[in-house]
Formats: sequence, structure tokens, C-alpha cells
Amino acid sequence: MKSRIVVMILILLACTLSGIGADEISSAITLHQDSFDMIWLLVAGSLVFFMQAGFAMVEIGLTRAKNAGNIIMKNLMDFCAGSLMFWMFGWALMYGESVNGLFGFSQFFIGGNDMVLFRNWMFQVVFAATAATIVSGAMAERTKFSAYLIYSIFISALIYPISGHWIWGGGWLSRIGFFDFAGSTVVHSVGGWASLVGTMALGPRIGKYVSQGSVVTSKPILGHNLPLACLGVFILWFGWYGFNPGSTLSGTDPTMALVATTTTLSASAGAIGAMIVSWIKFKNPDVSMSLNGALAGLVGITASTAVVSPLSAIIIGLISGFIVVFSIEFIDKILHIDDPVGAISVHGICGVWGTLAVGLFGNTTHIKGLFFGGGFKQLGIQFLGVVTVGVWVMATTGILFAIIKKSHGLRVSKHEELAGLDLAEHSTESYSGFQIFTNM
Amino acid sequence: MKLIVAYIQPEKLNDVKQELYRREIFKISVSNSLGCGQQKGYKKVYRGVDIEVNLLKKVRIEIAVNDAFVEPTIEAILDGAQTSVIGDGKIFVLPIEQCIRIRNRENGPQAIG
Repeated sequence: MKSRIVVMILILLACTLSGIGADEISSAITLHQDSFDMIWLLVAGSLVFFMQAGFAMVEIGLTRAKNAGNIIMKNLMDFCAGSLMFWMFGWALMYGESVNGLFGFSQFFIGGNDMVLFRNWMFQVVFAATAATIVSGAMAERTKFSAYLIYSIFISALIYPISGHWIWGGGWLSRIGFFDFAGSTVVHSVGGWASLVGTMALGPRIGKYVSQGSVVTSKPILGHNLPLACLGVFILWFGWYGFNPGSTLSGTDPTMALVATTTTLSASAGAIGAMIVSWIKFKNPDVSMSLNGALAGLVGITASTAVVSPLSAIIIGLISGFIVVFSIEFIDKILHIDDPVGAISVHGICGVWGTLAVGLFGNTTHIKGLFFGGGFKQLGIQFLGVVTVGVWVMATTGILFAIIKKSHGLRVSKHEELAGLDLAEHSTESYSGFQIFTNM
Repeated sequence: MKLIVAYIQPEKLNDVKQELYRREIFKISVSNSLGCGQQKGYKKVYRGVDIEVNLLKKVRIEIAVNDAFVEPTIEAILDGAQTSVIGDGKIFVLPIEQCIRIRNRENGPQAIG
């Protein structure tokens, strides 16, 4: 805030020197601030939009070749359907006039001439799409395309906006002091919980869990393109520089530099953390686990990125990297929930960790975490937010997936799953001209 | 000694392998193959334009067995690969003149087993 005042004084000084009147000076400052905000939010929003490409590449890389085209369609369509829905209902429920702090209710079907409204909508719609698309990876390789479309409509129109309103739209959680800077809970946990419910409703892919008597063993189903998965992670990381620094919501707020720094450090520490754990546990530095670790570090820092020091960011990232490996193993080998890309662990579990980290490492005048003399107050509020958002998302997606399963069908037939969704659902091949063993 | 060659749907390979295992037939060699039968492939639409697909992707299985194992092997492939839909594939049974294990120059039926 101090440096913001300095910037303004400098502009003031410049204006005074050039000899303009007081009114003109203040209007010049407002104009400058408005333009900086406009440019910064649209640039940052575009970066967040590009994360869609990152999600698509990560998911394609970590699944089999016969389903690549289906994943492309899911990632394309959840954004397209989601953005229309967010224009119709989502924005209104999230940022409309608050009804008792529970949901917003105005500005449906936004229009008119308010460019600031369009700017804000543009910046928020890409966040909504991020939450929606997380689920695509967890439910990959076996979900009916039409069922997935129905899901994307509801998460963007209803589920994401309402819990988002509680935190970012001036709802009850924000009023009691819950802090989530760029969306560890608002975006990532929401996607993570929806993934958990979705995969449980779907069941595992054929051949993932083999039972002999009472013993169930988990079999690996290898992804078909590690380079694409890696490209996806780098694109996501790149997009995160819009996701986090853009969430300053202001082009004249120099905090964005701290945010970019903590984001970078946490992602790096996350990848290193996951690599170390996989090296010790599996005796080799695992590639896809390290990629997951980078994402875990990014999700982990997202809530606290503006209120922690660089050193705290590294600790948060390292722990995210540790958590993600153990969580992926636990979900796979103990719970037998089939999550091909690790979305539940990366976005759900690390989202929870990131949200709690605010109450541990936060160190500003407003946010004081447990480790910096703030006691348990902030941590308690963060915990309450984690639980209520988790319950809200799991309850609503639980009902949604149950209804889809009963009425429309959630899963493709055994034959379609084995032949691959590219041929079965879209009658196309993603790698035409290549011979691929579609039986694997 | 017989050589059993079967062309099956790719997604049925796993089922066939399991059926073979149940009958204790562990030898198999598998390759990708392209081909078509009487239907001469099928037509599909790519970006709104008709294309004729006359070579379909199949999996070729080759298993060399002693005479006692011919029937179980055929049974296993039938059980694993049959869906009663056109395109399930075919099984061919061929006589083998000679079989030699390269490692120790063994030949005849014991080289197969």
C-alpha cells in the first residue's frame, strides 16, 4: 500500500510540474489507474484462459492414446458451455447483490455499457472454467461425453458461483474474515471435491483394480505421452502468473511482484518435494509425480500468496509436494478410487492445505497466522471455510451425479470403454496414421 | 503340431489372454495388423466428408501348440473374442512341419512345449 501511495504522489508531482489544475490532476490519476487495471486484468485473464490448454495437455498425456480426442472435446466444451452459463447465471449468483451472504441475485445475462463490469466478468469467467475443467481429468477415459456436458453446465451456473459468493462475492465467509487470495478453496478445492464425488459415482476404469479373492491390487494404466503432460504443466505454471498476480485485481498494486515470487518459489519447492518423496519411496525420481508436485505447489500457495514471505512460500510448497505423493498413493491403493491424473490430490487435498496455510504462515497486519503470533483464530476461520465449501460441493455434485447416473447414464459401455472414447463417442482417431495398440 | 493364427478385435485381446491363461496356455505372440473381410471395411464421416475405411485395425495372434492343445486354444479364443457382431475375426489352424528351439537345437513337439 505504501508504494502505491508513492506511485500516486509521483504522478501527482509530474502533473503539478506540467502545471495542470487540481481537478485535472485527480481525473488524470483516476484515468491512469483505470487503464492500468483494465490492461492488467485482461492480460491476466488471458493467461488464466491459457490454463485450459495446460489442463488438456496434462490430461491427454497421462491417459491412453485412444481417449485423447475425447479429452480435447471435454476441455473445449466445458469452457464453452461454462462461459455461456457464467454469463447467464454464474456471475449473477456469485457477484450479484448478496442475499443474506448466501448467494448473489442480480446482473443476470449481463449487458449494457459498463466496461468495468465486462472486465470483471472476463477475469472471473476464466476462474470458473478452471474449477469446471479440473474434473475432466479425474473422470477421464470412461465418462459419457453427454453426461460430462450436463455436469459442466451445472458447476459453472450454480455450484461454483454460490460457494464463490461466500468468499469472493461478499458472502458470509468473507464477512467473518476467511481469506483465499486467488482460489485454493474457491477454485481448486471445488474442482477437487467435485472430482472425488465424480470418480466415486463412476467407478474405476476397466483393468485398474484386479481382485483375487479378497485382495484388491492396483494396476498401473500408463499415460501415453509424457512430453505432452510436461508441456501441460509448464502451460499451467505460466497461466498461474495470471491466476495469482492477477488476483490483486488492480494494475497499480505492486503486491503482484511478491505474489509472482511466492508463486514461483512454492511451485519449485512442490516439484522438488514430490521428487524427493518419490525418490525415497519408489527408488527413482518419478517424472509424473514431480510434474504433479509442481502443480501441488502452485495450488498450495494460491490462497496465501499475497500474505506470506518467500521463505514461508517455500515451506508451503515443499509440504504440498510431500502431501501430493502420499495422497495419490492413499487414494489409489487404500481407497481404490481411480483418478488417472491425480486431480483429487493436486486440487482437492493441496487446495485444503493451501487454505489452512493462510492460518499458519500468514504475516501481514490483517492476516496473522499461528506461526506469526496470530493464535488459532485465523486457522479456525480457514478450517470452517474448508469444511463448509467441501460439504456444499460434495452434497450438490453428489445429487447431480446421482441424477445423471439414474436418468441419463454417467458411464460408457464396456465395449466403448475398451475400444476407446475417440472411436466410440466421436468416431474419430486422434493419431490417424499411427498404429496404436488400442487394447491397452 | 499346429500353428493357430487368429485375427481378433483389438479390444478383445485382454479377454482372449485371460481365457488362454485359464486353460494354461501361456505362449502367444501378438502383432498389429490391418485388413478387412467380406464387408470391405466401412464408411465414416470426417469433418463432414465421407471417407471409406477399408483397412480396419485388428490384432493378430499366433500360437504354436501340440495337438492336444489345439481344441482348448481354439475354445479360449472363441470365448474371449466372440461378440456375435460382424468383425469378430477368424481363426486359422495350420500344420507345422518342423519346430526348432534356437537355444539348444531341440526339435519336434518338445521344442514347442
